[in-house]
Amino acid sequence: METLVLAGQSVEVNEEGFLVNPGDWSKEIAVDIAKQEGIDELTDAHWKVINFCRERATETGSAPTLRQITTGSDITTKELFALFPKGPAKKVAKISGLGKPEGCV
Amino acid sequence: MTQDNRHIAFICSKGNLDMAYPALVMGWAALGNGIDVTIFFTFWGLDLINDKRVDHLELAPVANTSMKMTMMGVDTGNLGIPNLMGVLPGMTAFATKLMKDKMDKLEVPPVREYLQMLVDGGANLYACKMSVDMMELSMDDFVDGVKDIVTAGDFMDMTEGAQVIFI
Repeated sequence: METLVLAGQSVEVNEEGFLVNPGDWSKEIAVDIAKQEGIDELTDAHWKVINFCRERATETGSAPTLRQITTGSDITTKELFALFPKGPAKKVAKISGLGKPEGCV
Repeated sequence: MTQDNRHIAFICSKGNLDMAYPALVMGWAALGNGIDVTIFFTFWGLDLINDKRVDHLELAPVANTSMKMTMMGVDTGNLGIPNLMGVLPGMTAFATKLMKDKMDKLEVPPVREYLQMLVDGGANLYACKMSVDMMELSMDDFVDGVKDIVTAGDFMDMTEGAQVIFI
């Protein structure tokens, strides 16, 4: 476990960089995590994905998998990989302040 | 493809329904984790990208010692499906339907859709030239997203430094 200063607030993250306390998450923190993940700016399209993930996690208790994102929203696989390049599965969950998605598809 | 990025290559040599999934599942997981993915389809594995075959992949209960009666809902412990029963007409279709239903329940997409997801996620799909020639196929026979028909030597070139998994 490690303590990082994100958006002027000190938050705990695990060894993979996921927030330890989901309650720490804020939009500002999401912006900072995104920067660390190589995404300079969160556009409306990014927020659509993040909001969807957070809503789904509230309903089910865990971060949705990539396929659950594409089947549950109007975001396509291509868009998802373009918005969150090089590993969208972890990046989306991390920026959304959720844990690693459970499930293989 | 950057030089330092992890790269996994799958060689798909089987055309049975159960053997179609390992590369799809692992390839999709790899893409999700930012790993480059190359899939090389050879011999029976060409059925996976053959437009006329991909929706009709099957699973045969004959000589499959892992297929137990319990999978058909009969509470018989470790008793296998007798080979003699497996040869009956319709048994392959039955076993195939059983597997497809189970996959469907788990929300695992069919092979054609899975392949499209992989292509959309950036995987590179290639067909083996020798197998293509032997089976008298061409690019027109394949599903969208297959990049090219390549030789074994080409495959070696494009997977330099990659981890290779043979299925």
